[in-house]
Amino acid sequence: MSVAAAGASSPGPSFRKRLAARGMDGTTLLVLPGIVATLALFVYPFLYGVVDSLAPKEGPWFANYVKFFSEPFQYNTIFATLWLALPVTIINVLVAIPIAFRVRLMRRQRLLTTILVLPVTLGTVLVADGLLNYLGPRGWFNRTLMFFELIDHPLRLTNNYWGVFASLIITGFPFAFLLTLSYVSGIDPAIEQAAATLGAKARQRFMRIFLPLLAPGLIVTFCLAFVQAFSVFPSAVLLGAPSGPTRVIAIAAYQAAFEQYDHSMGAAIAIIMGLVQLAVILAVLSLRQVLYRGPAAGGKG
Amino acid sequence: MIRDNGLASRLWRFAIWAVVALFVLNLLGVIIAVVVNSLSTRWLGTWLPLGWTTHWYVDAWREFQLTPVLIVTFEIVFAVVIISGLVGVTTAYALARRDFPGKRLMVLIFLLPLLLPPLTYGIPLATVLYRMGVGGTFWGVVLANLVPAIPFVVLVMIPFIEQIDPRIEQAARVFGAPTTSLFVRILLPLLLPGMLAALLLVLVRTLAMFELTFLTAGPTSQTLIVSLYYAVFASGVRASQSIDAMAVVYMVTTLFWLIIALQFVNPTQIVARAKQQPANP
Repeated sequence: MSVAAAGASSPGPSFRKRLAARGMDGTTLLVLPGIVATLALFVYPFLYGVVDSLAPKEGPWFANYVKFFSEPFQYNTIFATLWLALPVTIINVLVAIPIAFRVRLMRRQRLLTTILVLPVTLGTVLVADGLLNYLGPRGWFNRTLMFFELIDHPLRLTNNYWGVFASLIITGFPFAFLLTLSYVSGIDPAIEQAAATLGAKARQRFMRIFLPLLAPGLIVTFCLAFVQAFSVFPSAVLLGAPSGPTRVIAIAAYQAAFEQYDHSMGAAIAIIMGLVQLAVILAVLSLRQVLYRGPAAGGKG
Repeated sequence: MIRDNGLASRLWRFAIWAVVALFVLNLLGVIIAVVVNSLSTRWLGTWLPLGWTTHWYVDAWREFQLTPVLIVTFEIVFAVVIISGLVGVTTAYALARRDFPGKRLMVLIFLLPLLLPPLTYGIPLATVLYRMGVGGTFWGVVLANLVPAIPFVVLVMIPFIEQIDPRIEQAARVFGAPTTSLFVRILLPLLLPGMLAALLLVLVRTLAMFELTFLTAGPTSQTLIVSLYYAVFASGVRASQSIDAMAVVYMVTTLFWLIIALQFVNPTQIVARAKQQPANP
């Protein structure tokens, strides 16, 4: 703003004009409130967390990480979380693909998408509360299975692995589906018609036309669905066995920071959580390279 | 649209619709079970409860002190909506209209809080807020909820502002409009539909935002969803009908705003965030 006046007397375009030519003028300054807020509330706490995790209550700077990886009670949470998040995400994304392809052809998608957006909006706490009743030994789910004589006595589906699994499907599947649908309906139907005109069968059209076009979108869907499932917290507490098989890493981080008041350890576990997510995402992204090159090099998808 | 009518593809179609039907049935079952239980006198081991009553709502309202909780919830939510609206729209305007060095990095910084799950950054954020002394207070909860809300408004509004022709503003300038009337009489009416959609979505998302509120809320700054969590967490203490009555109150509150929001946006937009291709015909 007023800083620009300094260059006004010198020959050639003024400082203000040179800045404006690069897109910096009064209007550009309007980004400041947003970027300052995000830097202060997101970037700074994040960096603070990194530094905080390296300043443990006692011991050398890496003591928190050593502690986490030397106690089975702590490091096993990584596997417990992966054991939940990976199967759920794979199921959600794989089931979402064929359904999105069908729903794309539906004329009145609105009702279905509205129903499916309900669990995403209502959130995991409400779903967990509902599932406690619905999947319970006297709930409608078990009663229906017994009514059709598929089982003799009620299945135990709450306060264990399967309760959390079900809640992740109920909230995660609509999320994966709606994302996939938005990618699938972005593909021009004329491309499919062209392939069909040239004699491609449904399977070929899917494998050689849609899949390569959809791959980037599916990768993004998988990554987003995975990080959501990996940071599962309320339903793992309410619907799972939070001290046993569903002691997920989010519970470990929460307990360290807010029950043992060791914010340094809490930050360390949160960072480990982020790193594991990052590792899985990078693995999926590198898988994409393989998938993408396959059909291009071999010619036979 | 191309349709194969062979037996295999018919079976395949049937299987797909069966999966959809099964999912929707279970989903509605979960939601309806909550509503039915909240209205039941006693419901053990039968398909439907023995009798119907509404007294659990009175009980829940008193036991969980829902009046103050609802007041605090809406104070927090509207504070988040107003602040994120003011900050987000101005930021989005600059990002949509100007091209400057570092813009891509800025967009990336705005994208990250939306892509990362709240728990990943919530714990260090809560630590910082508690250290600054706002943790556990009303403004602590508002600040924490702004982290995903501001980027959400920014990323929803950028494409919306980009499609408004800048020549309209230039024409107003040519006719001598000062900045205030340019904003009030030209930009605001044009931006209103987009702002309404973005802010309604922020409202619904903040109502349902559990993690960040849970990590930063104190006893007097709990929103409805956090109170519901504590109620379910201590579920042995109260009758399950009472807890479910509270869950219904939460559901009705959220669905009310969701239905209003759905008048302006496509359901897929709630999930697919900023990445929207042009609407389908």
